[in-house]
This record gives sequence, C-alpha cells and structure tokens, in this order.
Amino acid sequence: MIAKRLLKPLLGAVAALALTSAAFAADQLKIVYIGKNTGNPYFDSITGGFEDACKKVGCDFKFVAPATAEATSQIPFIEAQIQRGVNVIGIAPNSPDALNKVFDEARAKGILVLTVNGDITGNESHRDATILPTNFDKVGADQVEMVGSLIGYEGEIAILSATTEAPDQNKWIVGMKETLAKDPKYAKMKLVATVYGDDQPEKSTTEMEALLSNFPNLKGVIAPTTVGIAAAAQVVQSRKLADKVHVTGLGLPSEMRPFIKDGTVKAFQLWSPYNEGWLSVYFAKGVLDKSIKNEVGATFDVPTLGKETINKGNSINTQASLTTFDAKNIDDYHF
Amino acid sequence: MSPIESPAVAAPRGAAPARPMWHVMLVRPETMTLALLVLGVLVASEISPYFLDIRYILKSFTLSAEFAIVALVLTMVIISGEIDLSPASNMALSACLFAYALQAGAPMPLAIGVGLLAGLAMGALNAFMIIGLQLPSIIVTIGTLTLYRGLAQVIAGDKSIRVPESFTGVDTALLLGVPVPVLIFMALSLALGLVLGATIFGRQIYLIGTNEIAARHAGVRSRRIKTFLFLAMGLVSAVAGLMTASRLGSVRYDLGIGGELQMVLMAMLGGTYIFGGRGTILGTFLAAWLLVIVTTGMIVADWLPAYQLCVLGVLLILSIVATNIIYSRTER
Repeated sequence: MIAKRLLKPLLGAVAALALTSAAFAADQLKIVYIGKNTGNPYFDSITGGFEDACKKVGCDFKFVAPATAEATSQIPFIEAQIQRGVNVIGIAPNSPDALNKVFDEARAKGILVLTVNGDITGNESHRDATILPTNFDKVGADQVEMVGSLIGYEGEIAILSATTEAPDQNKWIVGMKETLAKDPKYAKMKLVATVYGDDQPEKSTTEMEALLSNFPNLKGVIAPTTVGIAAAAQVVQSRKLADKVHVTGLGLPSEMRPFIKDGTVKAFQLWSPYNEGWLSVYFAKGVLDKSIKNEVGATFDVPTLGKETINKGNSINTQASLTTFDAKNIDDYHF
Repeated sequence: MSPIESPAVAAPRGAAPARPMWHVMLVRPETMTLALLVLGVLVASEISPYFLDIRYILKSFTLSAEFAIVALVLTMVIISGEIDLSPASNMALSACLFAYALQAGAPMPLAIGVGLLAGLAMGALNAFMIIGLQLPSIIVTIGTLTLYRGLAQVIAGDKSIRVPESFTGVDTALLLGVPVPVLIFMALSLALGLVLGATIFGRQIYLIGTNEIAARHAGVRSRRIKTFLFLAMGLVSAVAGLMTASRLGSVRYDLGIGGELQMVLMAMLGGTYIFGGRGTILGTFLAAWLLVIVTTGMIVADWLPAYQLCVLGVLLILSIVATNIIYSRTER
C-alpha cells in the first residue's frame, strides 16, 4: 500500500525524463568524446571543435563525462559506449593506467581509441593515437621566455601550479627549472618558490597572497594552470601591484580578458582546445576510411590547420608552439 | 524483521492482533527494492535500446561487484548497531601492500597473504577502538577511513603499481557465462543470508542491534560477536581490494575512493535500518542490482551526470522514507 503510494509519483517522474532521451542515428560514423568530468569549461571548447567538424564531415557526435574525475569514474562510460557500438572513442583520461583493460576491450571490438588533450604516458600501447594541444616538451621553456620578457630577464620569480600530482604541470615545471638552469639568457632570474593552489580558486588566492608577503622582491609569477593564473591576476588586481609583479602562465582568453583589458596581465599563453576536437574528427574519419595511415611519420591535411604529422608514439601535436594572447589579439579568441 | 513473530496464542488481552501472513511477507522494505528493481529494468530498456543485454548488465555489475560484496558484510555490521566507513580505504591499503610486496619480489601467494592479513589487521584496529575502547564506530571509522587512505599514499606514492598479467582479469573470467565477481557476490549473499536469517548467531546480531544491554543480559556475547563482524569486514574489504586490483591491472592509493558511500547506499536502499536491529541480506542483494541497473541504464542512455545524481538522490530518500514508515507501522 505504502510502497504503491510512493511509487506512483516516481513512475511519473521517470516517464517524463524518459521522453527527453534522444533518438539515435544509425549507419553514421559515431564519435564520442569522454571528458574528465562535467562542469569544466575547458572541455566545452574541445567539444565545440568536435561538433563543428562532425557537422562538416557528417558524423554523429556525443559528449559524455562522469560527475567526478576519479581514476576509475570513466570506466562505466567507456563500457556504455562500447555497448552503444560507437566507432571512435576520444577521451581525456583520468588515469594513466586504470583504463588500460577497458581500452583493450574497446579496441578488440574494432573501436578507434584516441586520447585527446592528455595521454596515458607509459601505456601508449593501449590506445591508437593521442592528440595533444601542442608539444608539451616545449611548454616549460616557452613559459620561462614569456615571464623573462615581461620582467627584463632579471629578478625573483615563483611558480603557482595546480596540485602536487598534476602530471602535465609537473612535467612543465621540470622543463622550466631545466631552462632556468641551463640557458645563460636566464642566469639573472631566480626561482624562489613553487606553490600549489590545487586548482581551487580560494586556495590559489591564498597561496598567491602568501607568495607576495614572503617574497617582497618578487617580480614575476608563472601560473601554468587556468585556475591559478586567474586567481593570481585577481590578487594583483585588487592589490594594484601590476607594475611590480608580472603574472603570466596558461589561461583561458575568456577568463583573462578583463585582466588584459585593464593591464593587470600583459600577456599569457595557451593553445586552442577547439582545434584539438576539430583535428580529432578529421583524423578519426581518415583512419577509418583508410585515407590516413596511423603510423609514425605519416602526414595528413586538416582544413584550416594545414599539414599535421604523426610523431613518435603515434602522437599528434595540434599546434607547433603555444599561442600568446595579449591586448592586440585577445578579442579574436572566444573560449 | 524477525521471521518468528510473537506467537498470537501467548498475546495478552488487549494486545494488537497479530499481523496476517501476507502483511508480514509483503509490507517490508525489500518489497519496494524489488519493485524499484523491476521498474528500473523496464525504464532503462525504454530509454536506451542498448540496455537490455544480459552480458552487458553482468559486465556492468562487475564494476560495482567489489563494493557490493563488502556491502553484504556491512549490512550485518549495521544491523548490529554499528557502522564501518573505512572499507574503501581498507581496499586501497590492502591492495597497495599486496602490489608493494609483489614489487619487492614476494611470490604471489605470499603477496596475497600480505594483502589479506593487512585487511584483517585494519579490521582488528577498528574493533579494538570500537569494542575495546568503547568509542563510537562512526567517529573511529571516519578516522581510519582517512588514516588507511593516507597510509596507502605513503606506501604507493602518487604513482600506480602494476600487477602482473597473470593476476589480472578476474572480471573477464566466466563460469557458466557469468563473470566470477558476480558469482562470488551471489554465493556470499546466499551464505550470509543463511547465517543472518537462519542461525542463532544471526538472531543474536539482530538482538544486539535492537537492544545491546538486553542482549547481554540474555547471555549474548555481544562484544565477541561485534569483534568478529569488524574482523570479517576487514577481511572482505581486502578481498575486494585484490579483486579491484585484478580488474584494473594496476593499483593506486586512490583505488575505490568514495566507495564507502556506495556500500552504505546499497544497505540503505535494501531497507537496512541505520539504527540497527533490522535489515536483511536479501535487501542489500536486491539494492546492489538496483543501483547497477539504474546507473548503467542512465549512462548507456547518455544522460548527463547531473540528472543521474538527482535520480540516485531521489531513490535514496525514497528508500529511507519508506523504510522508516514501514518499520514504524510494523513496530515490534
């Protein structure tokens, strides 16, 4: 009796929700992109590239993502896409190896598995290819040059990173330290601290405040993470320190626009996530219709991007080096 | 919940009449779990044409099987009036120690022994603080939830440790067409269902959860039974940790993170009463399937996680409300 009374409204709710589920297209190339987690604006841009390219070449595209970015949270989503019979799985992997088994399963079913915007380093044999934003080996050096040019290649600098475990950031920080140590051009620049804001706005703000009070002679801050650079810029803006401390790093043009406009930040860098999605679709379609050979050294053309090369480990760099955003070009970018 | 209801003959004058048989059988939380399960299958098949495939459903169950197995023992712990929130961290630490031992050159049987023993030791530490020192289990196990996870990170660092290929694949091994983890879950459900429902030991667990002081006066060795339950919890968590390692092929400190919530959710959805004394293995068994069916159905239909979370939240609240209503109307 009670159970019945409780069930009735649930039935109605579920039925209403069921109506909203979309019909599925048959016989078309089916591509899915699995993000790290939902509610991450960065992935909107990659998804935009996928969507637009899919409209151009005629394929069926879907974006899905788990609610949280734990190592294994993507596994049921990959299983579901295998079950749905997609042709291509693009994924920003949440773990460098916990997904190996399910990737193998997908590939055994003939699905093309591409890691997009991050790779499963050390387990490359479990995916078909990786599409990276740019040459990650050069990011560290590019960022040091960027901050050097802003502070006149002299003085104290600090790094405000994401988490202590973030693999990309850690790789770039190693690159920054190597560049500072080896290149005589940067001999007068001194890295005084590396701090971690955990990619949380509040923690990043606190860490930035601490940097400013601990190092009164600080001239430059590199924040190689979109959350960190925005928080650092906010602190410099509210303390009116733009002339003394130069903030740069990797940021989203949409988030950094106000700081560029009011002069808090002179310049920062990033790549185009949109192009990663765009390139992934053309690459996947080419590999599946056999017009592109997925082997090291092969090249292929992508509309608007030009000639792309498949590098060692079947990895493709969407662009050769980082794009620098400043007051001159910031209005041309919308992601 | 007790199968032997107070005999009507002995009821004093003026007492409420005994509930009719059909009432005892049907008005219980498990009925609702079962109804929701059937409804879940129907709706999921309706919203996605890819859902109704027994192989896919069984495969999806293997992703939650480790948590489901632990949830069965957790059900007994909750019925005894306690709670254990540390099993997911226990899984991670046992698996990390297992992988660490292998990496250090230990032979496979020894490494497995290390993992299982570690699980048992973690259960013993919980038991010592809860039963020995008389501390509240919720506080103790929130503490060890953090501690075990921290130790796992100390041992494994931020990197993952590979387990050898020969150890992997428990989830893809089939017996009579059913994945091994699902079979383990079914077998354990049957065994624990019998222990809890048909043995003196089982009845004593209910009694402890209903009124521990009365139970002790009646000669029930409640401390010994509870210690045993926490040890069982530690051991089964370690087994679940090793199964996860086998499924993923690698071990990291964050293995199974957040799993304790899923385990509690399974027990609650199955009608186990959070204050103890009531609940069944059958309920948890059905709830584990319900949870898998509902989440799998929504994922294969490409629903946004936001909707998925809402549906799961509604399910949980519904089950808690129903459990409480049913239990208050069928007061002992």
